[in-house]
Amino acid sequence: MVARERTGQSDYQEERIDPRARFAQMEGPLSEKLYAQMRLIRRFEEQLLERFDRGLLVGTTHAYIGQEADAVGVINHLRAGDVVFSNHRCHGHYLVWGDKPEALAAELMGRAGGLVGGRGGSQHICDGGFYTNGIQGGIVPGALGLSLAKRVRGEDAVAVVFIGDGTLGQGVLYECLNMASLWGAPLLVVLEDNGWAQSTPSHREVAGSMLERARAFGMEAGAIESTDAEAIYTHFEGIIEEVRQSVRPRLEVIHTYRLCHHSRSDDHRPAEEIEARRADDPLPKQRQRVSEERARAIEEAVEARLFEAFEAAEAQAQPAVEQLDDPLLRGMPGPQT
Amino acid sequence: MSQTVLESLNQALHRMMQTDERVHLIGEDLLDPYGGAFKVSRGLSTAFEDRVWTTPISEAGFVGVAIGMAMGGLLPVVEIMFGDFVLLAADQLINHGAKYAWIYNEKVDVPLVVRLPMGGRRGYGPTHSQTLEKHFLGAPGLAIVATNPFVDSGRLLETATRYDRRPVLFVENKKMYARRQRPIQGGRCEAMDARVSPGPYPSVSLSFGSFEMADVTLVAYGGMAELAVEAAERLLIEDERYCEVVMPTSIQPLEMDAIAQSVARSGHLVVAEESPGAGGFGAEVISALPAAAWAALRAQPQRVSALNLPIANSTALEAATLPDVDDLLAAMRRVLPTAASRSATG
Repeated sequence: MVARERTGQSDYQEERIDPRARFAQMEGPLSEKLYAQMRLIRRFEEQLLERFDRGLLVGTTHAYIGQEADAVGVINHLRAGDVVFSNHRCHGHYLVWGDKPEALAAELMGRAGGLVGGRGGSQHICDGGFYTNGIQGGIVPGALGLSLAKRVRGEDAVAVVFIGDGTLGQGVLYECLNMASLWGAPLLVVLEDNGWAQSTPSHREVAGSMLERARAFGMEAGAIESTDAEAIYTHFEGIIEEVRQSVRPRLEVIHTYRLCHHSRSDDHRPAEEIEARRADDPLPKQRQRVSEERARAIEEAVEARLFEAFEAAEAQAQPAVEQLDDPLLRGMPGPQT
Repeated sequence: MSQTVLESLNQALHRMMQTDERVHLIGEDLLDPYGGAFKVSRGLSTAFEDRVWTTPISEAGFVGVAIGMAMGGLLPVVEIMFGDFVLLAADQLINHGAKYAWIYNEKVDVPLVVRLPMGGRRGYGPTHSQTLEKHFLGAPGLAIVATNPFVDSGRLLETATRYDRRPVLFVENKKMYARRQRPIQGGRCEAMDARVSPGPYPSVSLSFGSFEMADVTLVAYGGMAELAVEAAERLLIEDERYCEVVMPTSIQPLEMDAIAQSVARSGHLVVAEESPGAGGFGAEVISALPAAAWAALRAQPQRVSALNLPIANSTALEAATLPDVDDLLAAMRRVLPTAASRSATG
């Protein structure tokens, strides 16, 4: 088998997804746009969990319920050419980035028309500069490498990697903070501190200061404690531009809360704690900024869109087993020169 | 005089960086005047300052960075100082780099090369002398290529870097760096008949007689290649038996054609590797033999490998642990029982 030589940069292509431009083109004021996106994420996750309960999906899923303000606050500032590396809890990030609930639903249901043809499922998706993997901490080097490749190629792009408080236990993260600072990488590490690493509370897994960990490497670091989408959106607007302009890495912590279980049926958190945090639910907070009439219109549109998305996904075929092949054989290079 | 393996690799890196600006070199202590622990990277940081990334001691981190760079359109070559340290990057290689092209449904390539100086016989002790690539055998999406002095090591590295779209573990052997390459010309390599299989990562077959006369097939790769040739020469001199040495460079996927054809001719098989044998290369070769080769076998295949122990610092203990020419000869005599009797009577 003869494969083509890797020549020039022409064979590196990605779909040009531009969340910032799409967000700018959405109708209505900021409050409505943010609410519409968050409502889409919330209802997507709820419908997903409901389908799990009905046995329509296999494996596991890590819902984003309660953290929607982070995704809309960060990713709406990213533009074509930027990179997101996300993690096991990636649906919310992706829906803001790619805005394709039908392709995401198909992927989660293991269908041929899914984002990666049913190969990746919930934790391993890819779409035009958006990548995820299910290994805690292991995604950070890849994000750093992508940010450096962009810099080398002369693009003024930013790479954003989403980690959680649990990721702070992973050594490879610190290797990367060190190299990112040494080498001047346009990398933004967004740490979504939702208080729990699966079933382990932060105070049992994180010693010392989250911010000082980054600052020890000479990085800028900051934090916002909020579930207010508009506050987070405003907070990150300048930060992402600063990373882009300065070509320096930065760590930004969002102290938030996960209102749902970690994955499925594994929640042993104190019920009173969860109850207390429902007051911080970002969704009703944002809904209050929207007129009742507009809110209802948005909700109806979201329901219709998700109904179609899941229906279309369910109607799709499973991927053809014939496409299972050996990448080693397929990837053999051409003849030696 | 031919080049040493070290010179061949170093010149290939210079050549590639000169002709393709996507090639970047990443690893520890790469800057001149040091130029890397085994000097394969010498001169590169002087000539290509912006494309040689000398790193902190962070194998998982910088292998992962190289994966990201490869996804981002560059052609990174990583140098692991001692191949032993690649285990620190196993998660990056197996759970990240090797998987991405497939799980992302071929939306990305990861054209990465990770160079691994492997092997003992230099007294570096238990954590700096191992041959560990067998632990990566069977990781889907990861190619393993091992060079030896009978191929052009630099061209092999160039193929892996510029032409291969997969992540490639490129296995070098520390003892081999100072050895001169032993080129094959006109079907001959010095006093031996030689065959080179087609394809980007050739298998080289050598014989002191004609290939049709082979009594036994000895399969060896990497650092075992020259020992195997030495054993073949001694088998001829001492036992008057012919050994065909087959040296694959594509370890994963395992290139079996030349091996299978030789076994079909010789009817006897010995497989050699520098690592402990369990779960390793030799087991793969034997189990991958096609039916025709199995049918030709007239004795149970033999496996030569290191003792299942860490590698000691002491020269005597290290030598006893690693397989040597005597071990190869003994194994060939086990599969060739008449040879032993002839030797005893002769």
